[in-house]
Amino acid sequence: MASKKRENTPSKELLEKLFTTAYRIRNFETEGIKLYRRGLVRGYFHPYLGQEGIATGACAALDERDYIASTHRGHGHCIAQGAEVEGMIAELLQKETGYCKGYGGSMHIADITKNNLGANGIVGASTPLGVGAAMANQVNGSDAVTVAFSTDGATNNGTFLESLNLAAIWDLNFILIVENNQYAVSTTLAEATRETELYKRGEAIGVESHRIDGNDSLLVYETVADAVKKCRAGLGPILIEAVTFRHSGHHVNDPGKYMPEDKLKYYKDRDPVDRARDNLINMGKMSAKDVKAIEAKIEAEFEAAVKAAEAAGEVSIEEFREFVEGY
Amino acid sequence: MAGREIMYREALREALFEEMGRDESIFIIGEGIAERGGSYKVTEGLLAEYGPTRIRDTPISEAGMIGVGVGAAIAGARPIVEILYVDFAMLGMDMIVNQAAKFRLMTGGRGRVPFVLRTQGGTGGGVAAQHSQSLEALFYHIPGLRVVMPSTPADAKGLLKYALRQEDPVMFIEHKHLYMTKGEVPEGELITEFGVADIKREGTDVTLIAWSNMIPRTLQAAEELAEMGISAEVLDPRTLVPLDRVAILKSVAKTNRCVIVQEAVRRGGVASDISSIIQEEAFYSLDAPVQIVAGMNTPIPFNLTLEEASVPQKNDIIAAVQSVLHHKAA
Repeated sequence: MASKKRENTPSKELLEKLFTTAYRIRNFETEGIKLYRRGLVRGYFHPYLGQEGIATGACAALDERDYIASTHRGHGHCIAQGAEVEGMIAELLQKETGYCKGYGGSMHIADITKNNLGANGIVGASTPLGVGAAMANQVNGSDAVTVAFSTDGATNNGTFLESLNLAAIWDLNFILIVENNQYAVSTTLAEATRETELYKRGEAIGVESHRIDGNDSLLVYETVADAVKKCRAGLGPILIEAVTFRHSGHHVNDPGKYMPEDKLKYYKDRDPVDRARDNLINMGKMSAKDVKAIEAKIEAEFEAAVKAAEAAGEVSIEEFREFVEGY
Repeated sequence: MAGREIMYREALREALFEEMGRDESIFIIGEGIAERGGSYKVTEGLLAEYGPTRIRDTPISEAGMIGVGVGAAIAGARPIVEILYVDFAMLGMDMIVNQAAKFRLMTGGRGRVPFVLRTQGGTGGGVAAQHSQSLEALFYHIPGLRVVMPSTPADAKGLLKYALRQEDPVMFIEHKHLYMTKGEVPEGELITEFGVADIKREGTDVTLIAWSNMIPRTLQAAEELAEMGISAEVLDPRTLVPLDRVAILKSVAKTNRCVIVQEAVRRGGVASDISSIIQEEAFYSLDAPVQIVAGMNTPIPFNLTLEEASVPQKNDIIAAVQSVLHHKAA
């Protein structure tokens, strides 16, 4: 895996942003699971725990013109792309104030005003949809870049090849981030494919491809920032395989007993949130006390969001009927 | 404004030319649609006029292409994806059914998918089981999609132009037998809203409901019925979703008898659903049970005699009309 010497020391501002986002996701998932256990969140809940470094680093390298497409494990992408926790929690609590009016839920969560094409319940769908957004931007004369977050599991779906190939022949401003968490539900990558270095699939069709440590949000940021620069210069698309590991099973009701303990320990020792915090303290020279203050602020923001969501209005069946009139 | 007769395919091409000139966010992707102009020449000349950014050939990647169209529609373009045969749209069903049809609802109405999938279906003289299907019922079944099936050049033009000005995903299903048919298309702007049926022939004794290539066949049947002294009204819904229930019920209330003609296989078809709407909402205006003339429940065989036997013919329509006219209440 690529790990390069840094030319410049990253700014404190960037390191703070990375830690803040990573911690906001971590807190959202940890506290969200508690709400789920209390029966307040229904349906499915696929935690992003352990993978926070990827969405955090990638979205920090984008600006407001750029787009993302997300996966079924989409809370982290949604937060990293700038969504407010309040609209997300309201969505999980099925409230009309949710980002999707309570019609979408965890698997379809999106603040589309932030150019997020949404979480998606179909594994692999983010790639063609993301290529489509890149195509729209090319046709409309924008230099916006689209990042599609995808997964190792999705690389064995036909649309992976079909749509990445379309992005390549049309030189689209498209970055495909394959979050390789090494499992498709419980099936290991080695069971699913003979060649487990997934970036090679991009190379096979002429797409510049990289393999990096996905638990290093700073490295993800730097790699994506470089890819964005190349895309805007007409050198896209680019594939980035970001290797990571879940901290738990596929969803909240999957204990993940098939995940070997030593491997889990290896990745927990390289926890993306801890590393972002260490970076902020060591490289960014922020005091432990100030870091704590950031954490406390994020925790309070979550609690306030839950209160607001609980107080928010319920959906209306009449309005729903009107909404689907003519369907 | 009379006088101008053009072919169905020319009418479609006119719609594309005009709309692409009006709206720069419209682009078309498909197999062999650029330099070659498409299998039915619908996109001929568009590349020269609008350039390679907006008119692109694709590799054979239906799921990818349809997905790209859906994603582009979400992100602010107006894509048209041309799929050579509706049979091939099956390769992209996830993108049509799980993505395009659901995005508006999944985002609570904040997102829209102004995506048009142009394709063609139906039997066509021995092109066999994988190039002959009438699959509209699959799309009709999925809430969130618009299903458009023009039968005349004028409808083809007006409906395609409307498709490019509304906000929902459209399955625009042409018919391979209709491309060379001619019809009157007025000069100038022609926009045909969805959900408005057209009475292709007025009559008083029986309502014949048909769409796409069953319209010319049903009109021929109506012509022969007229010679027998039977006055048949021919109603073309033009769009199956949204469906003009009001026009259907109004016509049935006038004629008190109804035959529905569909090229698609009988089982689980749109005709069955229209029939159920009529019996629910116009039962007491009916003097006879609604009859359906539909394709056999079979894949289309290659042999031309068998192919013909698999889908409704003029005489099947005439026989069904005679049966509803001679029905005596028990």
